[in-house]
Amino acid sequence: MFYAPFRFFTLIFRVFDKDKPMSINYDIIAESIPLLIAGAGITIQITATAVFFGFLIGCLVGIARLCNIKALRMLAAVYVDFIRGTPLLVQIFIAYFAMPAIIGHRVDPFVAAICACSINSGAYIAEIFRAGIQSIDKGQMEAGRSLGMSWSQTMRYVILPQAFKRVIPPLGNEFIAMLKDSSLVSVIGFEELTRRGQIIIARTYASLEIWTCVAFMYLIMVLIVSRFVAYMERRYKTE
Amino acid sequence: MSKDMIKLTNLHKYFGKLEVLKGIDLTIAEGEVLVIIGPSGCGKSTMLRCINYLEEPTDGTIEIDGMIVKGDEGINELRKEVGMVFQRFNLFPHMTVMENLTLAPINVRGISKAEAEETAKKYLTTVGMLEKANAYPEQLSGGQQQRVAIARALCMRPKVLLFDEPTSALDPEMVKEVLDVMVELAEEGMTMACVTHEMGFAREVADRVIFIHDGKILEQGTPEEIFDHPKEARTQDFLSKIL
Repeated sequence: MFYAPFRFFTLIFRVFDKDKPMSINYDIIAESIPLLIAGAGITIQITATAVFFGFLIGCLVGIARLCNIKALRMLAAVYVDFIRGTPLLVQIFIAYFAMPAIIGHRVDPFVAAICACSINSGAYIAEIFRAGIQSIDKGQMEAGRSLGMSWSQTMRYVILPQAFKRVIPPLGNEFIAMLKDSSLVSVIGFEELTRRGQIIIARTYASLEIWTCVAFMYLIMVLIVSRFVAYMERRYKTE
Repeated sequence: MSKDMIKLTNLHKYFGKLEVLKGIDLTIAEGEVLVIIGPSGCGKSTMLRCINYLEEPTDGTIEIDGMIVKGDEGINELRKEVGMVFQRFNLFPHMTVMENLTLAPINVRGISKAEAEETAKKYLTTVGMLEKANAYPEQLSGGQQQRVAIARALCMRPKVLLFDEPTSALDPEMVKEVLDVMVELAEEGMTMACVTHEMGFAREVADRVIFIHDGKILEQGTPEEIFDHPKEARTQDFLSKIL
């Protein structure tokens, strides 16, 4: 059952080249699976950590973009512009290779990966929050303020609980995107799923088997996350 | 009548270059019921929203019960004393009726939950909504939502209640239940300023009616004076269209 996708590939390649049927090396797959699963675990770890910190950063920056202190608003806008305007890959390089020049010692790959991904995710989540907050009817803020509550009290008790429900679907998208984008940290030698795949292939040359395996592992993780998001959406649905 | 509750002096409001309020002077006495009428876009809602600083006046002063507002703190202080009822109710949809009513008293007045719920029950009884205390706003009709919104404003024990077209978003058969509550409040001596086109209500309870045109108070007087013997041509023209 597990090998079904590979058999499918074998069939396709037979169509392309009838004389030299592609052979699938099932032993290598069986041997690599535990290593790849461990790598997937690290991918989940890095994604979950990045999304967690990204969520905190995004929440604060998203609110900062809407507050009435101009300096904070501008700072938040610069952050979002800079992060969205540069590739994640470059940000990872900066975190791992350029930061040591500033702080004076080597950066642990895990720390560099988490920092780059969190800061990157934070910018996107900030925009999700900003849009979510702005989608709440202006009358809600007016009602809160007219009852004597301060801006931050109204945000906390009235606006954010409503906005949170609306940002679940885009947050889910961001989670899924981060899950896949975390493969980029393989370039700094951090051994998550993609990097493990590369290492195994360097040893075995079994590109077809391993990359297919890696692809399916990402697919399974993404499907689990998207089902979870759908569940959360149903659970918190009000309107 | 007794002391002044609201005193607006030379109130001006610009939206960009557009001058919406062109110098409003208005005094509302304690216990007075004031009805504000005027054509669409004349500035009547803006004036009402200036009273609790939902719109910041460009110029002029606002005095509530002898207190002149200064700074953000002052605005929050003022809003504790000035309740507002909106055209579109603006209840908090993620909270039950009871939570809607107790949120601000607990967080702004700093009273205990039990005390806030006691107050809430009292005002829910006033508006006839006690049995819906645990319902969510979306489960209520428009008229019921507006009655809850009035109760919510009352729970802060304001000195003044502002009504911004409270019955305009309601189906016709629900208008009366909201007006009945407003009449009751007026009879209990609440100081009220209402932007409304409900002439029956104005005649029954208003102490004074003001007609605003083009950012200024054009005419004011008792309901009889304004509705039966308007002096200004514009007032006559406006009334002929709505009556």
